[in-house]
Amino acid sequence: MIVHSIFFYTFSLIAIISAIMVTASKNTVHSVFFLILDFISISCLFIMIGAEFLGMIMLIVYVGAVAVLFLFVVMMLNVAQQKNQWFAAKDSSKHIPIGLIISTLIFVEIIIVIGGWKYKPEIFDLNNSLTQFSLSNTHSLGQILYTDYIHVFQISGMILLVAMIGAIVLTFRQRAGVKRQSYIKQISRERAEGVEVLEVETNKGVRIDE
Amino acid sequence: MSEIGLGHYLTLGAVIFSIGVIGIFLNRKNIIVILMSIELILLAVNINLVSFSIFLGDLTGQIFTLFILTVAAAEAAIGLAIIVVYFRNSGTIRVEEIDKLKG
Repeated sequence: MIVHSIFFYTFSLIAIISAIMVTASKNTVHSVFFLILDFISISCLFIMIGAEFLGMIMLIVYVGAVAVLFLFVVMMLNVAQQKNQWFAAKDSSKHIPIGLIISTLIFVEIIIVIGGWKYKPEIFDLNNSLTQFSLSNTHSLGQILYTDYIHVFQISGMILLVAMIGAIVLTFRQRAGVKRQSYIKQISRERAEGVEVLEVETNKGVRIDE
Repeated sequence: MSEIGLGHYLTLGAVIFSIGVIGIFLNRKNIIVILMSIELILLAVNINLVSFSIFLGDLTGQIFTLFILTVAAAEAAIGLAIIVVYFRNSGTIRVEEIDKLKG
């Protein structure tokens, strides 16, 4: 149990420090790297308390896809050199107390709720998808994900499809002066406009480009 | 050191949530860091759901964490696409200079 505590405090300290560094770092590329560190330590925590599948999925989805997407956009837009000046800018100084007050209030409220909260004993009777300890985490997740939650699963697939189409539509732009295929034109060509029979005189040749 | 229970994980989630909210309010640099703060907030929500799911022995929390992961990925993709389009049109993504909506 002592090992569990040591690992919990280590990973959560790393997670909190890197979360602070995400917001406070001067360089946006550094912020993205600290975000990756945060995701990695939280997924280590998930694996440690027994949600192995979600820990691995967090690594794959967040570190492998979302953070790389962030990194890609940061480097593509060349904003990494803009210096962070939220302590120096005169415009932002009125935001700092408001932000601190609101986030401290939220934190205190959540802590009060956590401290003064306890289980109702009936809550264990309401469980309909109890953890079966004979199966692995991934196995039991799959057993209820594809049966009880199949509609929600398919809706989440639709969300991903809509997001993909939306991202493509938003960033797609048609440049002028770029040669590209026109499928409609290619398919709707007739034989009459493509082939022409000419009477060619001997030793004269044909000009084809007029 | 006492035994690590549900309260420890919920406190970790609360801390990361608050840091995300601070990041949204205090950030004056560019709007990408605001998106990253939103990712931090969603991560805190995931911590809460997974720890409740583990400590109550009910797998539904982990299922819904999976769906939050999906929505977070979609949101990041759409948000970054909007940022790219905005940068292409106006040449800046500094938070103070994004005032086209006069808000």
